[in-house]
Amino acid sequence: MSSQQMAQAEPKPAEAGQFEPRILVFCCNWCSYAGADLAGVSRLQMPTNFRVIRTMCSARVDPEFVLRAFASGADGVLVLGCHPADCHYIGGNYRTRRRIALLRVLLEQYGFNPDRLKLEWVSASEGQKFQKTIKEFDAMIRDIGVNPINEE
Amino acid sequence: MSEKTGSVLVVGGGIAGVQTSLDLAESGFKVYLVERKPSIGGVMAQLDKTFPTNDCSMCILSPKLVEAARHPMISMLTLSEVMAVEGEAGNFTVTLKKHPRYVREDRCVGCGLCAEKCPSKVSSEYEVGMSQRKAIYVPYAQAVPMKYAIDADRCLWLTKQRCGNCKKVCPADAIDYEQKEVIEKLNVGAVVLTPGFQVFDATRKREYGYGDFKNVVTSLEFERILSATGPYQGHVVRPSDHKTPKKVAFIQCVGSRDEKVGNPYCSSVCCMYALKQAIIAQEHTHGLEPTIFFMDIRAFGKEFEDYRARAENEYGIKMYRGSRVASVDENPESKDLTLRFSSGASEVSSADFDLVVLSVGLEAPASAKELSDRLGIKLNEFGFCHTGVYTPLETSRKGIYVSGAFSSPKDIPTTVAEASGAASKAGAHVFMNRISIDDVIKDVPEDDVKGQEPRIGAFICDCGINIKGTVDVPSVVEYVKTLPNVVYAEENKYTCSADTQELIKKKIKEHKLNRVVVASCTPRTHEALFQSTIKEAGLNMFLFEMANIRDQCSWIHMNEPEKATAKAKDLVRMAVAKSRFLEPLSKSRLGVTPSAIVVGGGLAGLTAALDMAQQDFHVDLVERTGELGGRLNKLFTPEEGKSPKDYIKGLIAQVKASDKITLMMNSEIEDVAGFVGNYKVKVKTPEGTKELDTGAIVVAVGSEEYVPKEYMYGQDKNVVTMNELEDKLAHGHFSSKKVVMVQCVGSRNKEAPYCSRVCCSKALKNAIEIKKKHPETEVYILHKDIRSYGFREALYRQAGELGVKFVRFDEGKDPVLGKVGEHFEVIVEDTVLGSPLLLRPDLVVLSTGTRPNPDNEHLAKLLKVPLSKDGFFLEAHMKLRPNDFATNGVFLAGIAHWPKFIDETIAQASGAAARAMTIISKEFLETQGIIAAVNDDVCDGCGVCEPVCEYRAITIVGTGVPDKLKAVINEGLCMGCGTCVAACPSGALEQKGFKTSQILAQIDAALEGGAK
Repeated sequence: MSSQQMAQAEPKPAEAGQFEPRILVFCCNWCSYAGADLAGVSRLQMPTNFRVIRTMCSARVDPEFVLRAFASGADGVLVLGCHPADCHYIGGNYRTRRRIALLRVLLEQYGFNPDRLKLEWVSASEGQKFQKTIKEFDAMIRDIGVNPINEE
Repeated sequence: MSEKTGSVLVVGGGIAGVQTSLDLAESGFKVYLVERKPSIGGVMAQLDKTFPTNDCSMCILSPKLVEAARHPMISMLTLSEVMAVEGEAGNFTVTLKKHPRYVREDRCVGCGLCAEKCPSKVSSEYEVGMSQRKAIYVPYAQAVPMKYAIDADRCLWLTKQRCGNCKKVCPADAIDYEQKEVIEKLNVGAVVLTPGFQVFDATRKREYGYGDFKNVVTSLEFERILSATGPYQGHVVRPSDHKTPKKVAFIQCVGSRDEKVGNPYCSSVCCMYALKQAIIAQEHTHGLEPTIFFMDIRAFGKEFEDYRARAENEYGIKMYRGSRVASVDENPESKDLTLRFSSGASEVSSADFDLVVLSVGLEAPASAKELSDRLGIKLNEFGFCHTGVYTPLETSRKGIYVSGAFSSPKDIPTTVAEASGAASKAGAHVFMNRISIDDVIKDVPEDDVKGQEPRIGAFICDCGINIKGTVDVPSVVEYVKTLPNVVYAEENKYTCSADTQELIKKKIKEHKLNRVVVASCTPRTHEALFQSTIKEAGLNMFLFEMANIRDQCSWIHMNEPEKATAKAKDLVRMAVAKSRFLEPLSKSRLGVTPSAIVVGGGLAGLTAALDMAQQDFHVDLVERTGELGGRLNKLFTPEEGKSPKDYIKGLIAQVKASDKITLMMNSEIEDVAGFVGNYKVKVKTPEGTKELDTGAIVVAVGSEEYVPKEYMYGQDKNVVTMNELEDKLAHGHFSSKKVVMVQCVGSRNKEAPYCSRVCCSKALKNAIEIKKKHPETEVYILHKDIRSYGFREALYRQAGELGVKFVRFDEGKDPVLGKVGEHFEVIVEDTVLGSPLLLRPDLVVLSTGTRPNPDNEHLAKLLKVPLSKDGFFLEAHMKLRPNDFATNGVFLAGIAHWPKFIDETIAQASGAAARAMTIISKEFLETQGIIAAVNDDVCDGCGVCEPVCEYRAITIVGTGVPDKLKAVINEGLCMGCGTCVAACPSGALEQKGFKTSQILAQIDAALEGGAK
């Protein structure tokens, strides 16, 4: 597919005044960050409103990071790691899975919609899945609406 | 030319060649890695997933490719072929032909503008012809090196002097139509051949309609269909109408076990890859119904049998056992397919399918004949490289070795084990000329930046128009200049080009920069380059940060230039924010004890010990019993003219004669402390406990033979094990007239669900031996499948020709042995006849399976390494690290890992030796820079971190103060994942380079302005 054809498939820019979510994405170095790069190499178009932070392993994502992001006004946080059993560091992603599950419970207790935090597996060959994950998460956050901290 | 060469030539850049190269390079040898194609990666780069773990193939392969390309000891010579090898082992002169790329590698930045403008379309080899590439191309998106090449036959300029688009658009002026073939000479001490294989040309099986019927595809094509990067983006659709198929047939043994096409051997991997493809296809498409048509399912590898069971029971994949599928016909309208195959004794059935996948076999590579002629090495009767059962890595010419599928069809782990093994063999010719990495990389004295206010220099890349076409780079540069601590910022056409590296160094000096930020492509491919640049300018390499404004910005937001520009500014701001908190990190150097301990004195242990001794390393060999040789002492039937027993005798003599090997008999490992390069091992010997310092440990403890409780074994002297039969045959104690061999005794049952791999071929070997010595004796082999994979299929054929009779029984319907008076009666449910068969043998031979040593668990605990669910030792990665444990410095070989043949054991033992030598050949080991660190003032020794660490790098120790504990990180073991840091409840742990303060700075910068 040429870049022009690709471009036709890309989403419409948000209309002025519409809520534009701010999304933070944590990617592990070995799988998900590589998957994000592959999305680029494949020129897969997606919303612009996310910023990626690279860590070596998804298990480096300290709950503090997620809470800080929400406190600073992020509308959604995505944590992306290697598929189960594919972790470069043997089993880091299993810990991530447990931590994110607990953190979602915690968020709910704080009165936050837990769906603002999502964990997904994206491998180094899943550029398309990266695109899809971003698009779907963006759509979901648009549905959920603005981070209550930002409304005040 | 120097006679003292420390260089090795590796021919072929697939996974085998890459592994051999890395092992040699890490052992201090200079490697020339020659590849005919424009990039390395081989067939593994084309695969979607790998069995039995369903790992993503590219994910596990590409880090190795990048490592090989970057390694200072490896020269990668693509588009090159070997024309001649003269001289002898230790001093070869290699003549190399380098074909023109027509693109200057030193200039090409891989931007791809040339390919976009190239009008000439060519069918893509990587996509097996299912999609097109251009005449100027990289073979695949993640290719290494990421340098374009021109296909001279299809380029309009090179063929007709027309077009010239690529030269016009290349912003790096890299196109050079004038490049010519170059002949080069190299001096090397050894050669390793790893040219791989080619797949069988399915058009040769006319009856399956491949090439005529669109919906008949080969397994390699199906692999691409399954791949997310493939022609259909990972959607399982059929080529004729791009509709999702429901019924998919896999036809096994296409071009394998087939005398008619000249390939009588088994290709060893097709059963497993078909199961994998069936599973993956079903995962992709709910409701898809795969059926596999096969003759025997050869699931002989580690946990393969579990995989097969899962495929059948959990995924409901239909398995149709029978003779070869007779034909495939196409419905000309629907393009559906009809398979004809025999069912039962003489009936013919047919069934309709939407898609047919031909499980094509592996053949010797197209270059085999050429290599044989040019290098003077022998090929075997099947056209593969000739090797021997006791010399699996040696070609017929001294100093030239082989690994991977060139010597026989094999799977990836066996290939990788061999590849390491070949590195050990090649190293033996050049070990006296090892080069220290310090002689290759000259260290520049580092400026001390401690206490200095950050002075950040930012370099923003246009990447030709790749970034600049979307992002307003000048405005990003102007913006960056306004950020605190940024004292310099500039725009570069290509920040990665060689001249920009010089410029960066100049600017560091000029502006006294103590942090550098590059905004360009991805750190995964380019961070190391920029890090070495700033290192050359005297900055610590960790004072560097990258912003990915191409792959993760301009390329994915091509039609929103304003937003992309704003995002690029954010990304650079985040990088600058982190860089402010960066600190110089040191990689500490830890000394290495240049010796190894081998645990186990069987074939694997002896081989590994000798390989290391040959390269002048001291080895302590610890054997639990009073006898060396292990299970080979009981194998008498000759293979290739020599009995295993005789072979092991010779090996024992060599070990005893070696002054580099200390034998510790009747001894056991008692305690293991320390870490990679610096282990302290206590060994309990008859003379008391000895403490040894060692750099590496090889586990080669073998396994046990199952002692049957069934079939009257031990009660009747005419019921014997296969080993006991070998003893009888070898020593003239055999006089039976009718022999029944029972397979899978103690394998593939409830107690031991795995296949013991070697028993089928061993039964065949001994049945042949009986028939040769006693032609009148009747021999029956009762089996579930005959798993004589690879060239051992010849034994199956030969046994059949000699009149050995095969009776297949079903899982769970084991033969029943009784005795009527003095006579045995064996009743077996024959699946072919469909009725019970009564046999009255005078000798019953049990093919007993392999059992892991019961004390594996104890040793595993001492070494802090895991066992598999079946009780064998579990390697670091089932596909790409068959010789390694996750614990650095501990390696694995032989049947302790999994049942295997003599040749496989030797190859893996040499492999484990090579892996150990990558450690003990070094004067020192460098720790990772980005490891975890403990703040002693904050740590209260709660111990949460200790079990979290997968590498057991953390221990909780006393502080001297009563009741006060603290965590200590072993820098030699920490791999820098940061898992423990996120787990630490008190904030006492930090990951250098990814400190909490650094990541928080990134988060804050990303969301600048805070809550709105």
